[in-house]
Amino acid sequence: MPDLGHYEMTVLLAWGGTLLALAGLIGQTLWRASEVRRALEAQEARGQSDRGTEKVGGNG
Amino acid sequence: MSLWEYANPKKFMETTGWLLPWLTALTALTLGGGLVWGFFLTPDADRFGSTVKILYVHVPSAFIAINAWVMMLVTSLIWLVRRHHVSVLAARAAAPVGMVMTLIALFTGAVWGQPMWGTWWAWDPRLTAFLILFLFYLGYLALWAAIENPDTAADLTSVLCLVGSVFAFLSRYAVYFWAQGLHQGASLSVDRAQHVADVYAYPLWLTMAGFVFLFLTLVFVRTRTEIRARRLSALVARERKAA
Repeated sequence: MPDLGHYEMTVLLAWGGTLLALAGLIGQTLWRASEVRRALEAQEARGQSDRGTEKVGGNG
Repeated sequence: MSLWEYANPKKFMETTGWLLPWLTALTALTLGGGLVWGFFLTPDADRFGSTVKILYVHVPSAFIAINAWVMMLVTSLIWLVRRHHVSVLAARAAAPVGMVMTLIALFTGAVWGQPMWGTWWAWDPRLTAFLILFLFYLGYLALWAAIENPDTAADLTSVLCLVGSVFAFLSRYAVYFWAQGLHQGASLSVDRAQHVADVYAYPLWLTMAGFVFLFLTLVFVRTRTEIRARRLSALVARERKAA
């Protein structure tokens, strides 16, 4: 850690706030990406199984 | 190959899927390198002491805050003229990133201003334009959230983006239009004028590159999410209709 002298609190506050905001933004981006991808995969799987059931029913 | 091919969601997903790991690595290298260099390896400045290190988070975030809106303006215009869905979804994806960058620029500017100018805030033209730009980001996101029909939301947010561009422009050039206020001019520029010493400028260029790559990475990931969310809505609507 470098010696920040008289302005230590000022510099750490600015950098801490920035890193916190960036971490929050990156975290929220990845979390939402994962949620939506999971929901879409589940929906697509349900759609495929429904179509499969219809096909079996139609053939029967 | 035409640029308009990327307006096709499938093509966009394929290309960004291939590009994202490289872009993420480039972001980690440049952003990590620039921030470590700026924080640990730069000397204190004569007039500003160690507060000069705030430059490495304030200047790149302010740069992205303005240019994210410029990107949103271009993609919104493409939507209004050519009706490409990926284009307007990219604008929507960029807005939260731009808003957070604007918030960082305002926050770090206030923290730096307190010891240097003796105040957290002043109604200086550039600062005020930045605050209004932040409010436009909030309004843009609120409008997307408030309107259910996606095409109507895209139309209205695109028009709002055109109006807000005035403040993105003022955030950049207010210092030159009104020769008053506390905020100084550019810290870096591509012309030959020297604004900061090389010892500060080199890590600053690297950090700027890092923020640009971070912006691109986040916008690509968020646009991919918006495309998936749009497909999910369509599938759910189709299922409800069939039931």
